[in-house]
Amino acid sequence: MSDSNNISRRNILKAFAAVPVLGALGFGVLRKKNYDNDIRDQIVKELGISYDPPVLPTIEGVDKSKPIRVGIIGYGIRGEQLMRAAGFAHPKTIDQWREAAEKDSKDHRLEDFLAQEDLNLQFTGACDLFDVRAQEAMEACSNVNRKGSKEQNTLTCKRYRTYQELLAATDIDAVIIAAPDHWHAQIAIDAAKAGKHIYVEKGMTRTIEEVFQLTDAIKKSNVIFQLGHQGRQTESFIKAKEIIDKGLLGKISLIEVCTNRNSPNGAWVYDIHPDASEKTIDWEQFQKPSPNKVPFSKERFFRWRCWWDYGTGLGGDLLTHEYDAINQIMNLGIPHSCVASGGVYFYKDGREVPDVFQAVYEYPERDLTFMYSATLSSDRDRGKMIMGHDGNISIGGELTVYADQESTRYKPLIDKGVIDPQIPIFLYSPGSKRIDAVTSATAKYFAGRGLLYTYRQGKRVDTTHLHIKEWTDCIRTNQQPSCNIDQGFQEAITAHMATVSYRENVKVFWDPDKQQVLKGKSLKS
Amino acid sequence: MQQSNVSYSYSGSQVTLLVVLRILIGWHFLYEGVTKLLNPSWSSLGYLADSKGIFADMFQNWASNPNAVRTIDFMNEWGLTLVGLGLIMGCLTRISIFGGIVMLGFYYLSHPPMVGYKYALPSEGSYLWVNKNLIEIFALAVLYVFPTHQIVGIDRLIFSKKYNKSI
Ligand SMILES: NC(=O)c1ccc[n+]([C@@H]2O[C@H](COP(=O)([O-])OP(=O)(O)OC[C@H]3O[C@@H](n4cnc5c(N)ncnc54)[C@H](O)[C@@H]3O)[C@@H](O)[C@H]2O)c1
Repeated sequence: MSDSNNISRRNILKAFAAVPVLGALGFGVLRKKNYDNDIRDQIVKELGISYDPPVLPTIEGVDKSKPIRVGIIGYGIRGEQLMRAAGFAHPKTIDQWREAAEKDSKDHRLEDFLAQEDLNLQFTGACDLFDVRAQEAMEACSNVNRKGSKEQNTLTCKRYRTYQELLAATDIDAVIIAAPDHWHAQIAIDAAKAGKHIYVEKGMTRTIEEVFQLTDAIKKSNVIFQLGHQGRQTESFIKAKEIIDKGLLGKISLIEVCTNRNSPNGAWVYDIHPDASEKTIDWEQFQKPSPNKVPFSKERFFRWRCWWDYGTGLGGDLLTHEYDAINQIMNLGIPHSCVASGGVYFYKDGREVPDVFQAVYEYPERDLTFMYSATLSSDRDRGKMIMGHDGNISIGGELTVYADQESTRYKPLIDKGVIDPQIPIFLYSPGSKRIDAVTSATAKYFAGRGLLYTYRQGKRVDTTHLHIKEWTDCIRTNQQPSCNIDQGFQEAITAHMATVSYRENVKVFWDPDKQQVLKGKSLKS
Repeated sequence: MQQSNVSYSYSGSQVTLLVVLRILIGWHFLYEGVTKLLNPSWSSLGYLADSKGIFADMFQNWASNPNAVRTIDFMNEWGLTLVGLGLIMGCLTRISIFGGIVMLGFYYLSHPPMVGYKYALPSEGSYLWVNKNLIEIFALAVLYVFPTHQIVGIDRLIFSKKYNKSI
């Protein structure tokens, strides 16, 4: 062999000396990938559940060409949000969003609002008992073109002093009711009688009697009724239903849901408007349906949730959202019994309704307990948890399923090391490109903090918008929306059972045959 | 490309250790790149959104722009892979080292380990000012000034025929 041959051979050898390293890495990557795929395949096969986002129900054949004419009754905190979700923001709000977006390019509120689907609604009437809000409601109702205050100044909406006058108007097809709880039933019953479609906020009614009266009125009418639990539109709840319907958790014995807040605002100590006075507020009309009449009180007008005369406490205000979510997922229906307790432990500001509240519901026919626990003075988030013999699921923005260490069903897979009870067997982050049993720890961590996927499509979708859209789509196609009067009936009876139990210090029962809430004495299940 | 003569005076163990260091860093880059390429749901989004420090605004702005996120995802997946290949194979090594330093620089600046910054993703160690990104940056810088690619690497064939012959 010649010398130069030798040199060039050594040359080549030294040039490609690292090739075996690549080989080793390639081999390692393949092995790991196969291993992960194997695990995923086995889990997927075992669970029989797709890793695709849930199929969201859509309503076919919606003809939007003719506008629906809507009246807003109650334009407070929620009324304003509902109007925005329907596509009508106050011009000053548009100004603020625009300014905010100019200052901070990450502020997408205006962009998101403008991107929201036009439902072809006209807000022709507004009713509120506080002059300032009534004026603002008219201005928002008139802002069909989604403009700021410089571009928008003609009023196309009429103010009504009473909701009865609004309901009598012929240019109104439907109403959104966002007055306080003590007014819901009466206004909705009158609206049904007047043939107006109804979107009414939760808690559906203030009392048990009203639940029956309202249900009766809606059933006798032809109006489309939607109760304001926008959680019905949450993707992860729909996916959770799929998982539970497949029986992945095994026999479910306990469900735990919670409310955790820790600020005066979260505890309903809202600001009192500087222009509020007996002159600007129709106090007598406000307190008409309440059992006790008192002299004008700004506190009661703005912080009505703190008194039983107007509000329904944690039971009607927040338990209802949690219950409705689980009812949507598991069709719980009305429980057999309820015991509730709690007290005013932190906000000793003269309020009547408890700020710490627990309700325990029994479902003997389903062999399970449903438990609600709330405090308004701790932010420790406990999420929603559904616990079964084979696994548990926690539901928030994202959805996580763990196999149970002692599960019978998963035992073979746990023994084989395919399933690790410490690692979710199913993880769903809405908006992610796909759901994955073996995503990286990083992705899981970010998703859990809500950091992921919020901007993936460049816009966030507001569930309230979807909930109103479902209602108007149903009006246009004459169908029942997801949170109709039957769901509302279950929500309201269930919530009232807790309130009654707490206020009267008794265990309460639901008699499904007589359709009655019974107090204190046991019912055979 | 400018040729230094340092390599002439490396001892055998110096060459070995420098090449091993180069390959280890290359392995780290390549595996990071390949796992991202193989995972279709990987995205830089969460990482960008979690940025802190003086450049946080810039990184978070990118996070809120889907097009920017797509570009950054692509650049990371292929950047890491190519830098890794370059380092291991000793191919276009100086450009690879430079690219690696730039990428690590971005990682460092987007998540500087300063007092009082807390990140969503917990790190597996404890860092103050100095973290692994910074150390890897300087390890690459060392490789830049103590080159080995013309001793072991494809660059032997690409550059400096004269030098190779004289060995
Ligand atoms: N779905 C949700 O997430 C959600 C969120 C917040 C509030 N809500 C519900 O929305 C309702 C309103 O709550 P809010 O926080 O907006 O209260 P709020 O006090 O801010 O607003 C209520 C408004 O209704 C007006 N009003 C009272 N009686 C009226 C009547 N007879 N006719 C016309 N207007 C009347 C008042 O003047 C007031 O402006 C409540 O039932 C609440 O439970 C639901």
